Amino acid sequence: MNAGFLHDALIYLATAIIFVPIAKKLGMGSVLGYLLGGIIIGPFFLGFVGEEGKDIMHFAEFGVVMMLFLIGLELEPTNLWRMRKLIVGTGALQLGGTTLIFFVALIAAGFSWQAALASGLALSMSSTAIVLQTLKEKGLAKAESGKSSFAVLLFQDISVIPILALLPLIIGSSLQIHSDNSATFIGGLPGWRQTLTLLGSVVVVILGGRFLIVPFLRFVASIRLRELFTAAALFIVIATADLMTMAGLSPALGTFLAGVVLANSEFRHELESDIEPFKGVLLGLFFIAVGASINFRLIIDNPLLVIVFVSGVIIVKAFVLNIVGRMARLSFNQNAIFTLSLSQVGEFAFVLFAFISKLGILSDYWTDVMMGVTAISMTITPLLILLNERFVLPNFGTKESVVEKEAEDIRGEYPVIIAGFGHFGSTIGRFLRANGVNTTILDNDSDRVDLLRKMGFKVFYGDATRTDILKSAGAEHAKILIAAIDSPEINMDLIKKTREHFPNLSIMVRARNRIDAYELIDAGVQNIYRESLETSVRIGVDVLVKLGFRRYSATRAGQNFVKYDEAALSKLAAHRHDQDLYIFNVREQIAIQEELLTNDRGVNPTSHDHAWERDS
Amino acid sequence: MENILIIFSHPRFEKSRANKVLLGSIDDMAQVTIHDLYEEYPDFNIDTELEKSLLIEHKIIVWHHPFYMYGVPALFKQWVDLVLEFGWAHGYGGDNLKDKLVFNALTAGGTRDTYVHGGHNGFTVREFLAPFEQTALFCKMIYLPPFVVHGTHLLTDKELKNYGGLYRLLCERLSQGTYNLNEICRHEYLNDWLLSNTNNGVIS
Repeated sequence: MNAGFLHDALIYLATAIIFVPIAKKLGMGSVLGYLLGGIIIGPFFLGFVGEEGKDIMHFAEFGVVMMLFLIGLELEPTNLWRMRKLIVGTGALQLGGTTLIFFVALIAAGFSWQAALASGLALSMSSTAIVLQTLKEKGLAKAESGKSSFAVLLFQDISVIPILALLPLIIGSSLQIHSDNSATFIGGLPGWRQTLTLLGSVVVVILGGRFLIVPFLRFVASIRLRELFTAAALFIVIATADLMTMAGLSPALGTFLAGVVLANSEFRHELESDIEPFKGVLLGLFFIAVGASINFRLIIDNPLLVIVFVSGVIIVKAFVLNIVGRMARLSFNQNAIFTLSLSQVGEFAFVLFAFISKLGILSDYWTDVMMGVTAISMTITPLLILLNERFVLPNFGTKESVVEKEAEDIRGEYPVIIAGFGHFGSTIGRFLRANGVNTTILDNDSDRVDLLRKMGFKVFYGDATRTDILKSAGAEHAKILIAAIDSPEINMDLIKKTREHFPNLSIMVRARNRIDAYELIDAGVQNIYRESLETSVRIGVDVLVKLGFRRYSATRAGQNFVKYDEAALSKLAAHRHDQDLYIFNVREQIAIQEELLTNDRGVNPTSHDHAWERDS
Repeated sequence: MENILIIFSHPRFEKSRANKVLLGSIDDMAQVTIHDLYEEYPDFNIDTELEKSLLIEHKIIVWHHPFYMYGVPALFKQWVDLVLEFGWAHGYGGDNLKDKLVFNALTAGGTRDTYVHGGHNGFTVREFLAPFEQTALFCKMIYLPPFVVHGTHLLTDKELKNYGGLYRLLCERLSQGTYNLNEICRHEYLNDWLLSNTNNGVIS
C-alpha cells in the first residue's frame, strides 16, 4: 500500500463527506452531491485528481456490479416472472425506439452503419445507479413511475448481455477485431462461437449459484465467524465478475444473475447486509469518478457540438420514454418523473463504448465525445429531476395543493396532518374521517393524490420532508402530525424537520418494528406505534382461543402482553447501548429476540387477576 | 388536612351535565385527586398495582358514579372485584384499607321521592347500595352515607351549581377533619348532614 493510494482514497472520501451533506441540505439528493464533488476535484478545477480518474472509474465501476448483485437479490425469480410483461413491453419499446432514432441520426451525420448501430445501442442505456438511488431517496420506488423505471432499467441491464455478444458478430462480417481483444480467452474465436461461449457462461452462473454457492455459504456460516461470511460474500461477487470478464461479458450482468439465483436462498438477508456498505461507498466513488472524468477541454474546444449532442441525446431519449410511458398508461406526473429520470445515458454506456472502441468501430475522438456526453448527461439528470419537481409538476401536473374554494379559513378545522397515505396511513385517515375529524394528507404518489382529491380529501402532493410543503399543509396551525411513511429514513427526516420548524406539532410515528422503534426512542420520540405489535398479539390471542382458552382470558393476556412489551421496549432501548456496538442488522434482531424471550419467561403478564380466581 | 381520592366511573362523561358540574367544582382542590377509571382503562384492563398504591396514598375514598339500573357502571364493578383483593384489602394480612373513610357519590335520574318502599323504584338508595356498604365494612373501612344528586334531568343550571358547591363543601369539611362521625352517620345522605350544618341551607 503506497502513499499515493492512501492520498487518493483520502481525497475521494473527503469529497463525499463534504459534498453529499451540502447537496442534501440543498435538497438535491446524494447523487448530484457526488457528481459535483467529482467535477470540482477533477483536473479542470482543483486538479486534486488527474487522468488517473479513469482508473478510479474502472475500480469504482465495481460499485455498479455490487448494486446489480443487490438488485438481483431483491428479485426472486417468481417476482421477476410476474413482471415479465412490464419489463419486456416497456423495455423493448424504449431500447428499440431510442436505438432506431440514434441509428438514423448518426448515419445522417456520416457514421458507418456499424458505428451508428453500436453507438445507438450504447446511448439507449440509462443509469441504473442514478435512477434507483434517486427514486429511493425520494420514496418513489413503489409508485408507478418507480416500477416502470425499474422495468426499463432491468431490460436494459439484461440486454447488455446479448448486445455484448452480438457486437462482435456485426463486426466480424466486415471488420477485423483488434488484437488487444484477445485478452479474454475467447477473443480469438470466430463470432458465433463467442456468442455460444457467452450463453454458456450465463448457464454456468445459474447452475453454479444453485448447486455450488449455497452449499459453500452453508459451510462458511457453520464456522460462525462474521468476517468470514463477509469475505465469502465479497468472494462470490468478485468471482462471478471475474468469470464474466474472462468470458468477455459484463460483470454487472453476471452478478445480477448470481443475485437472482441466490434470492431464494436462506442467506439472502445476510448477503444483503454484508455487501450493502461496500456497494454504497463504491457507488459514491463511481459517481465522483464520473464527475471528475468529464473532459471540459472538449466542451471548451467544441462547445456547440457538445451542447447540441447532449441536449439532442436527452431530448430523443425523453421523447421515446414519454411515448413508452403513455403506452404504459402512466398519469402526467408519473410519466414526467419516468421520462426525465431515465433520460440520461447510463454507466453501461461506458462499458459499451470501451468495448466498441476496442472493436475499432469508433474513432478515439468520437469515443471521447460519447463518453463525455454520457458523463455530462448523468450530471444533468438530477438537476432535471429537481427542476421537474419544483417547477414543472407544481404548475402543470398534480398541484401541490388545491386552492380552497371556500373563502373561510380552514385552519381550525384540520387539526391533524397525515404524512404518507398508503395502507397504513389511509386506515388512520378513514377512521378519523368516520369520526368527523378532518385530516390534511401529504403524499408523494401523484396517482393516489388525484384519486384522494376526487374523493374529497384535502391532499398535498409532494415530499413531506420539505418545510414549504409542510407549511402550506398547515403545519403551523395543526395539532398533530402522523408520520406514516413506509421508509423509516424518510419518517425520521420528517420528524427532525418537524421538530425544528414546527415545535407546536405533537408527533405520532409509525414504526415498522422494534429496531425502528429503538431509533425513534433514541431520537426522543414518545408516541411510537409498531406495526408488528397489536396485529401479531391479536393472532396470538386467537390462537389461544382456538386451543381452548376462554376468550376473555386470552384477550386479557393479549392486552397485558402489549402493555408489558411497551414497557420492555423503553427499558431495553436504554440498555441497548451498553451492548457491543458492532452487532447489527440481522444479528441485532436475533440478539434482541433472545433477550425478549428470556425476559418473557420470567414474567407472566396475566398474573394480576387473582381476585377472580377464588372459588365462588 | 387529609387527602381525597375520587374514583370516578362514567362511560359517557362527555354527555353528563351533572357530573361535569360536580367534578368541575372540585378539580382545583390541591388535596383532591380525581382518578377517571374510564379514561385510564378504556380496555377494562385495570392496573391493580397502581390502584392499590393510589388507595394507600389517600385517607378518604369516594366512589363517584352514575346510578345505572340500580347499580354501578361495569368498569367500577370490575375495579371492586380486582383491586379489593384477599390478603390486601381483607382477610389475613388485608389491613391496607383499615379505617379509611369511604362513601358513594352518585347521580340518579329519579327523584328522591321515587326511591321509597311502594314508590316507583321500590327501595331506598341506601338499600341498593348495601353491597358497597358491606364491602367497605368487610375491608375494615368506615362507610359514610352516600352523597346523592337526584332528578338530574330536571335540575336547572342554578340547582346543579348548588350541588357542585355542596360537593366542594363536603370535600373541604372531610379533608379538614372537623366533623363528628356519629353525627354524620345519623343522616341518610351526606347532603342532609351538610344542609343541617349550613345556615338556612343556602350554599354560596
